[in-house]
Amino acid sequence: MDEGHWRSLFNDYSNSSFVELLRRESPHLVPGLGPRPTSEVFEPVHGTTVLSVRYRDGVIMAGDRQATAGYQVASRRIEKIFKSDELSGVGIAGAAGPAMEMAKLFQTELEHYEKVEGENLSLEGKANRLSQMIRMNLPAAMQGLVVVPIFAGFDEKAGTGRLFKYDITGGRYEETNFDAQGSGSKDARDSLKKLWKREMGRDEALRVSLEALIDAADEDVGTGGPDLVRGIFPSVKTITRSGFGDVPDDEVKRVCEAILTERAQTGSGA
Amino acid sequence: MPLPYYVSPEQMMKDKAEYARKGISRGRSLVTLEYGDGILLVAENPSTLLHKISEIYDRIAFAGVGKYNEFENLRIAGIRHADVKGYSYSRGDVTSKALANAYSQALGNIFTQDIKPFEVEVLVAEVGDANGMKSEMYHILYDGTIEDERNYAAMGGQSDEIRRFLKEHYKEAMSLGDALQLGVRALTVTQNKTLSERDLEVAVLDRTKARRKFRRIPMEALGQLLGTAK
Repeated sequence: MDEGHWRSLFNDYSNSSFVELLRRESPHLVPGLGPRPTSEVFEPVHGTTVLSVRYRDGVIMAGDRQATAGYQVASRRIEKIFKSDELSGVGIAGAAGPAMEMAKLFQTELEHYEKVEGENLSLEGKANRLSQMIRMNLPAAMQGLVVVPIFAGFDEKAGTGRLFKYDITGGRYEETNFDAQGSGSKDARDSLKKLWKREMGRDEALRVSLEALIDAADEDVGTGGPDLVRGIFPSVKTITRSGFGDVPDDEVKRVCEAILTERAQTGSGA
Repeated sequence: MPLPYYVSPEQMMKDKAEYARKGISRGRSLVTLEYGDGILLVAENPSTLLHKISEIYDRIAFAGVGKYNEFENLRIAGIRHADVKGYSYSRGDVTSKALANAYSQALGNIFTQDIKPFEVEVLVAEVGDANGMKSEMYHILYDGTIEDERNYAAMGGQSDEIRRFLKEHYKEAMSLGDALQLGVRALTVTQNKTLSERDLEVAVLDRTKARRKFRRIPMEALGQLLGTAK
């Protein structure tokens, strides 16, 4: 056997990567590599506001449920917060189609690594991997299919929640306390800036997240607020040492109603 | 270049089979059992880092005996097969049958075409769901021979004796503890020693779990289940 053959086994670091496997075996399935529209003639469906907040036990991720295409509501119930593994999640904003595909690919990537290697990637490693996947999407992003997720998770080594935001070039920026992404992100961030406190408990962090989403829905036409008529409420997830968990709809509903009632009574936030 | 000696195909296959069987019989054995909540996989394996049993996909597990580097290669190939399929279709479309066939093809090709056959046997197990979907277990030999097994399976050095033992003692819908005790007794049926949790690698496909059914049983829990914990 020639020397190059066994040597290549040592140099192939991509062995545990699902994305590299897909690129080798089924390149047509890799997002961002297919043919592109030559000009921007259509309005893709957009997801709007997602946010992440660090609190005492980890991080909360929350997102509204609306997707828009131009000035139309495309969907009232889409899910924007995806579990990427037991200890991390991705909140998607931007063109909904490519963003959801990226979330699915990322989730498979982490699971693939875990199964092949027999252990999990570090949170840092996961954040970097996502950054590379966003960079792969750059040609599509230049033509309007922008995907800019938030990534958050629990760092077992550091014993704390951490969150990352991205730009379209794959630039990765760690935020210490909170961040938001999407069309209503500025309003959500403004709100979080005033409400966020160090060492918040779960209930307070949940309330702060929902206040921020309600503010975003108030100011941004693309972001959907709590829909009391249809019973659609923001989706909220917690990521702590013990894993990725849903905040039940009933609880989200209760907190949303409390916030709205209080605002109606006091006139604050109007 | 000197002319190669003529060896009849019959003789060649016989030699290869003998070679592979010898390699496999040197290794330690492995059993799998269906129990009340799923499928239990028990291997005699003193290493806690080099696994013989591992997860392939949501409901599918892999087990291998024989030469480590060879079944490790097959394991990774299986994970790749499953992940690509699940990504391009849907998670529910990944089946143990397709995977077992792929293993059978691969091992069959290696056996006939390569000079050295793989000295391995592998098992692909898929747990059924609570809605009456049956569990499936496929046992694939070094030459690509494939068998589907019901209720229990054994591979490795003393698999014939182990299978005989399991045939006598296997009961349906056992608890995890009972199934584990039986599995461990089966592994020691040909040897005069007892196996403690330190000598075992144990995992289950537990149908009561959400999505990913595979779970390793850590050493402390194993000690408790075996009743040897102090």
